[in-house]
Amino acid sequence: MARIGVFICHCGENISATVDVAKVAEKAGKLSGVAFSVDYKYMCSDPGQTLIIEAIKEHKLTGIVVAACSPRMHEGTFRKAAEKAGINPYFCEMANIREHVSWVHPKSDATTQKALDIVRTMVAKVKKNAALFPIKVPVTKTALVIGGGIAGIQAALDIANAGHQVIMVEKKPSIGGHMSQLSETFPTLDCSQCIMTPRMVEVAQHPNITLHTYAEVESVSGFVGNFDVKIKMKAKSVDYKKCTGCGACWQKCPSKKIPDEFNEGMGFRTAIYSPFPQAVPNKPVIDRPNCTYFTKGGKCGLCKKVCPADAINYDAVDEFIDVKVGAIITATGFDLKHADFFPEYGYGKFKDVIDGMQFERLASASGPTAGEIRRPSDGKVPEKIVFVACAGSRDKAKGIEYCSKICCMYTAKHAMLYKHKNHEGKAYVFYMDIRAAGKDYDEFVRRAIEEDEVQYIRGRVSRIYEKNGKLIVKGVDTLMNGEPVDIEADMVVLATAVVANIEAESLAQKLHISYNKHKFFAEAHPKLKPVETNTAGIMLAGACQSAKDIPESVSQASASASKAIGLFSSNELTREPIVAVVNRQAPPNFTSCTGCLLCQEVCPYHAIETEDIKDRGGNLIKRAARVNAGLCQGCGTCVAMCRNKSIDLQGFSNDQMLSEVMALLNA
Amino acid sequence: MHESTHHHAETFKSKVEEAIGVTVSHCYQCGKCTAGCPLNEEMDIMPNQLLRILQAEMPGYEEKILSSLSIWLCLACDTCYSRCPQEVLLSKVMDYLRQESLRQNKVNPKAKDILSFHKAFLNSVKMNGKLHEVGLTIDYKLRSLNLMQDVMLAPSMAAKGKLAIFPHQVQNTKEIAKIFKKITDSEGGKQ
Repeated sequence: MARIGVFICHCGENISATVDVAKVAEKAGKLSGVAFSVDYKYMCSDPGQTLIIEAIKEHKLTGIVVAACSPRMHEGTFRKAAEKAGINPYFCEMANIREHVSWVHPKSDATTQKALDIVRTMVAKVKKNAALFPIKVPVTKTALVIGGGIAGIQAALDIANAGHQVIMVEKKPSIGGHMSQLSETFPTLDCSQCIMTPRMVEVAQHPNITLHTYAEVESVSGFVGNFDVKIKMKAKSVDYKKCTGCGACWQKCPSKKIPDEFNEGMGFRTAIYSPFPQAVPNKPVIDRPNCTYFTKGGKCGLCKKVCPADAINYDAVDEFIDVKVGAIITATGFDLKHADFFPEYGYGKFKDVIDGMQFERLASASGPTAGEIRRPSDGKVPEKIVFVACAGSRDKAKGIEYCSKICCMYTAKHAMLYKHKNHEGKAYVFYMDIRAAGKDYDEFVRRAIEEDEVQYIRGRVSRIYEKNGKLIVKGVDTLMNGEPVDIEADMVVLATAVVANIEAESLAQKLHISYNKHKFFAEAHPKLKPVETNTAGIMLAGACQSAKDIPESVSQASASASKAIGLFSSNELTREPIVAVVNRQAPPNFTSCTGCLLCQEVCPYHAIETEDIKDRGGNLIKRAARVNAGLCQGCGTCVAMCRNKSIDLQGFSNDQMLSEVMALLNA
Repeated sequence: MHESTHHHAETFKSKVEEAIGVTVSHCYQCGKCTAGCPLNEEMDIMPNQLLRILQAEMPGYEEKILSSLSIWLCLACDTCYSRCPQEVLLSKVMDYLRQESLRQNKVNPKAKDILSFHKAFLNSVKMNGKLHEVGLTIDYKLRSLNLMQDVMLAPSMAAKGKLAIFPHQVQNTKEIAKIFKKITDSEGGKQ
């Protein structure tokens, strides 16, 4: 026989000002199965909890209902109290009479009645509760970091320095990402590679970090604490154990006219190459589609001949390795739209209309012009440069409604760098708004305008065309009565939109994480869980989530790392037992599940597996569904789909839900 | 899509929005329309400003817009629309404003010739269902009294067979008359 206790909280005056709490307590005491009821000023306070504990002991209560705030607030508090009093904590239910009643209704009899109704449903539910026990899952204390840009590097170093193992997977032949391509960084103008390359080396030399470059994540299965990851190691065609990085191969390679990705197509590289001099690892790979040996059936072979370490291996094949990790951090970064995206700016056919990343390479000391800003068409130093902000961003018509966030700052920096290198040159910036809301950011933009005399013009550029060897930029000054402004420029830099990494969608599908319509990965909560994903154990770092600058990427990477370190702080994970279970019956049925696996199709967390039920001789009796408690998030979708009620959600069973509804209907 | 107008008193702006299905608040004043407008040099109110005046609804804005020259200069080439990041169909706004300016007798005096052409053009289409160049030219010249304008173009046009003395009519002129009547009725009986 159930003996339920009901505890009505005043929440100071939050509840008692609108709900007649004494009346609710009195009426609740008369409900069937209720052995004790009381109201009190603050149930969550120490005396309040003591009151609950004493009542459970004194009245030999089998379950309790605390009518107070949202269970999100204090369910844990009251469950602990129940446990202290010696009953299973899952025999504690909360009736939310604050958010659902007192905060949203005026003082009236109806309000008090609603509070009582909610109490009644929870009393009906708790009578059907069963003892539940937290689920324990083991944790593999190794993190996988996908992407070796600044975000991935920061996350990897933080986790490795905390004493845990890290596996880093980078798609390109070197780590470093976009930051290694930058010239100087705002708002301090410190050299990007100078601050970046020590971090890269630290990754390579860290005893806790295993670095896989030229590699990709092939597949991911498992769940928090227990992921199984298959990594594809693309054939480098170079044996890294033998290679010393001497460079003889790429100096002799005859295929010298391959557009250089690191220099954004503004220079050339060879078929066997290391992307840049500070690359980590500084060892080459063979770009097979561009290599004469592979395209012309074994002709050439020069690199193998000149290699003093005999490291070239043309027969290398893609390899796959399987690793076990407990947490995954995605740091796959972003892509930039290129000039060919803009019909009105010439579809990329004007050589001197370039994007922001190309300008970075021109301004970089390690770039194709050794840091002199020369235009791509004829190598002349431009006398007039026009910078166009919001190129593609905030452009609904082009499908990119969002602000790319970093362009205002890097455009100011670009204009500044140009002026610093060419004092006589003229720099114009067409902008719509200047978004410089970071530490020392607005001061930086003002410095460009006030000290470096960059001409800012508020208006969007309509068209760019070529005339007599000049680029005519047709803009407008909306702060001068919309006066049309035509500028004859020598070079135009488009601050093109930041977009998701081209492979973001396929990676998200491998990881089972959600993403928005622009293919940026989705956080679990925009404010309170900004670095976690909806899949437990998978975290986000950097621009794969949304456009971010370096300080923000680094902060988020450290935040993600702290989540991983937190996960690794114990040997076992404890999870709420609010998970679905497939029922068990005595032989010969074993379970009422017929194995139709509709549940498997609808489960958003891929938590449903199949189980083969066999007899002692190992013969298959039936195949049924089984819930992986580590993956299940307790959403209940499977329960709704199950045709013969073989699957049920612990803590929210069909029986419990029905009791609640019946209690409401039979008032 | 003009949710904003549903719960408010009818204003000139809301009338424009209702009539043509354009929401002027979509414009965020980047000025790209003005920057690319082939006639921006001639305009008294720039295209983006015209939208700004509609957005702001300051006293006297209706008069200001309806008597502007810009609405008559607009060629409806849709360069602005094709580049507008917010997809505001400005040519439709201009077209509505022209009809409204005409209806309220607010036509800018400098737009006299354009108006003559506007009327002559529509007249030609109304009569024939398509353009008759000679008819249009005569009608326009009589309305505007610009008798010698563009006469030097006549020989080359004649050589290309563009100057047929008699108009070619479309087959179903009744349908054309119906279309014109419907539009005239919907706009308060004045073309």
